[in-house]
Amino acid sequence: MATLALPRRGPLRSTLVRHVVLAIVGALLLLVLTTSVSAYRDFQMANIGYYVVAVAGLTVLTGLNGQISLGHGALMMVGAYTCALLLERDNPLPLAVVLVLCVVVTAAVGALVGAAAARLRGPYLAGATLAFAVGLPGLTSHYADTLGGDNGLNVLSGPPPASLGLDFPPERWQAWITLSAALITLVLLANLASSRVGRTFRAVRDDEVSAELAGIHVARTQVLAFVISAACAGLAGGLLAFVSGQASPGAFSVALSLSILAGAVLGGLGSLTGAVYGAIALVMLPAWSSNASDRFSLGTNVQHNLPLLVYGALLIVVMLAAPQGLQGGVRRLLGLLHGRAPATPARNDPVTEVTVSEPDR
Amino acid sequence: MAEGAGGLSLEVKDLVTSYGAITALNGVSLSVPAGSITAVLGANGAGKSSLLRSLSGLVRPRSGSVLLDGKEIAGRAPEDVVQLGMSHVPEGRGVIAELTVDDNLRLGGLWRKDKADRSAALEEAYALFPPLDQRRKRLAMTLSGGERQMLALGRALVARPRVLLLDEPSLGLAPRITAQIMGLVRRLCDETGLTVLLVEQNARSALSVADHGVVLNLGSVVASDDPAKLAADDNLRHAYLGF
Amino acid sequence: MARFLSVTLGGLSGGMIYAAVALSLVLIWRATRVLNFAQGAMAMFTAYLAYKVLEHGGSYWVALLVALASGLVLGAFVERVLVRPVENGPPLNAVVVTLGVFIVVEGLAGMFFGGTPHRYPTHFSNVNYRVGDVSALAPFDIWVIVSVLVVAVLLGLLFRYTDVGLRMRAAAFEGEVARMLGVRVGRMLTLGWALAAVIGALAAVLVSPNVPLSPTSMDEVFVFGFTGAVIGGLDSPVGAILGGVGLGVLLNYVAAYAGSDLQTLSALAVLVLVLMIKPSGLFSTTATRRV
Repeated sequence: MATLALPRRGPLRSTLVRHVVLAIVGALLLLVLTTSVSAYRDFQMANIGYYVVAVAGLTVLTGLNGQISLGHGALMMVGAYTCALLLERDNPLPLAVVLVLCVVVTAAVGALVGAAAARLRGPYLAGATLAFAVGLPGLTSHYADTLGGDNGLNVLSGPPPASLGLDFPPERWQAWITLSAALITLVLLANLASSRVGRTFRAVRDDEVSAELAGIHVARTQVLAFVISAACAGLAGGLLAFVSGQASPGAFSVALSLSILAGAVLGGLGSLTGAVYGAIALVMLPAWSSNASDRFSLGTNVQHNLPLLVYGALLIVVMLAAPQGLQGGVRRLLGLLHGRAPATPARNDPVTEVTVSEPDR
Repeated sequence: MAEGAGGLSLEVKDLVTSYGAITALNGVSLSVPAGSITAVLGANGAGKSSLLRSLSGLVRPRSGSVLLDGKEIAGRAPEDVVQLGMSHVPEGRGVIAELTVDDNLRLGGLWRKDKADRSAALEEAYALFPPLDQRRKRLAMTLSGGERQMLALGRALVARPRVLLLDEPSLGLAPRITAQIMGLVRRLCDETGLTVLLVEQNARSALSVADHGVVLNLGSVVASDDPAKLAADDNLRHAYLGF
Repeated sequence: MARFLSVTLGGLSGGMIYAAVALSLVLIWRATRVLNFAQGAMAMFTAYLAYKVLEHGGSYWVALLVALASGLVLGAFVERVLVRPVENGPPLNAVVVTLGVFIVVEGLAGMFFGGTPHRYPTHFSNVNYRVGDVSALAPFDIWVIVSVLVVAVLLGLLFRYTDVGLRMRAAAFEGEVARMLGVRVGRMLTLGWALAAVIGALAAVLVSPNVPLSPTSMDEVFVFGFTGAVIGGLDSPVGAILGGVGLGVLLNYVAAYAGSDLQTLSALAVLVLVLMIKPSGLFSTTATRRV
């Protein structure tokens, strides 16, 4: 986590307090930011908010626990449809409750997937989660009566509360919601990462056998990581449905799963701060791409696919440029910048590991 | 065995090899005249296998020179080195367990253009090792340790090498079979003029067939002499040779 | 009963296509221990090129040749340039690289060819033969089954009886030993990927009359092929074919009796079941391996 150089004394010595203080500072900054920009920028920030949640969740799973998932787009779909179905009722529950239910339902699905995932390694896990991502949207046509088939469901998210004034821009309200959710998620995940549970996650990632010998229940740890990660995806999906006003299978393609992975890789897999950058890139890149294709009149095909191309190229380049994994490469680069000898961990890579590690220190 | 074109000389000068921060060879020099056997002895970790791996190109030496018949080959890729006439029989034999005996043997000569001589060399190898002849279609994983050693040696010979690098041929073999293998190496050398660099922990049996002995310790040559003199040196024997 | 028989036979041709994809994945896996997630996407791209040939008046056969040839080039390129640097690294790095290729290729296809699905024409009739109440296997299905079988047999002969095949097997089993015996291992791995991509291209051309061609149209087919390969043990070419065909029949039952939208999730269930019960695959001869 970006722990900044806060004095390690007084109440700030507690990680919880430190993270909360950071989050409050962040919230104030965002409050100023969201009220001073255009509705379009607010809309973009609303999108960044749920991407932060999703990318941070995958970062915990892959970076911290060493499991890969190509199915997070599908988990987001679970959250989005939960949100849509709950808001569809005549007397809809308050939004906060709906979002909590999105988290609970998706976490339950995540537990199911995670139980299977804990038995799988490396490419097998990637393949199985990919199958999940490819297969889940099929359910919407199978249960078209409830789930609306290819057209999906409309999400009745309602206007901003009247107390904010009648001409309060709905985009700003959406940004507030998703960004608050993002901040809360980041605080919780940051605390998780620095807690005992976070240490068991890392221990399992680094060496399953040693972790087992140290008394850690490896499978249970892996399922827990998957559940937490899925919970984040569920929240992100619910927020996506809330912001976009609909839940449809087309929005939860394999491409979504892979772009979330790209966001996590871009952010450095293992760093929640990085997850924020990754999420920003996921929202800004399509915007830039459409600007660019407008300027050079490249046509809609190019415009829609340019971001995909960039995500893919990014995944390839990062892996080729930093064979020890992204974090290793970044760390080496930092080492060179600071004139230190690069620290090459003499780790014997087990089959499961992700070659990335902690960003903090 | 093969009429061959006779052996080539091998000259190693100041060879340095390291794996990361660990130095395996610290300036090794030795010279193997054409048609002779030089035994390289020493304890585990003395750098014997690293020496062979550096010579055959599996490891790129950091510095130094390897002259095959006077020609510099240091740093060449292993697939080139074998085509220049130097074959390496690795420690633990390196037979490909999933392939048949016949496939393994054929593989040894596959790079050679002369197809007729390829099959001639194959049949000569079968003649040299009758147990292999009886098991042509068996998977290499079903062979005994001695048969695997024969297969590895036969496979190297199918390439009609001028220099043979042998890594621990006696490893895990019964003394009787070890003696057979050593006798065969001596015979090949005498009959075809093959040059052999023989790495062994079993110093006594290696010295019994070698023309010259070199003792390695911690990546450096600590003795280089006539086999009889090495075997007679009590200090050397106790410190490095273990007999 | 007649329906059951029709459904069973109907699953064969689809299964043969999954078998082809599975076979191509096994080839790559055996050679480089990399699972190529881009295999489906690459195949999709070659099918698009073939489709363009058809659009410009080329015959079915010329188009097929174009697909196979472009697969050869694409497979060799991807291995040599993109995968080679990560081949000996941690497995997840290679996975991420192939995922990158996957998205790039789909993105490129979207850019060049757009997102609208195209029905790939076929040279053969799609009308099922009829025996009594059993109706299955149109001439097109026969063509699918025969072509994949022929390719599989040719591949088997190549590996079993040619010098190149022996070199490729040696390079796949023991790269270092093969190099010491004069085998240009890098070239053999490139060749393995290239051949695998050719088989993938064939699969894409064969599947596209039934699954209309679009940038993502091979995603499901890839998942089925991967599942088939895992059923067979990922190491066994024969297992891959049996696994692919078995899965094809099974998925046809799912489509007929439960709904075609559930096929992929059923494949996932099969995948997870196999990996939990017998991770080395149902047809693998090697000892249990950690997955």
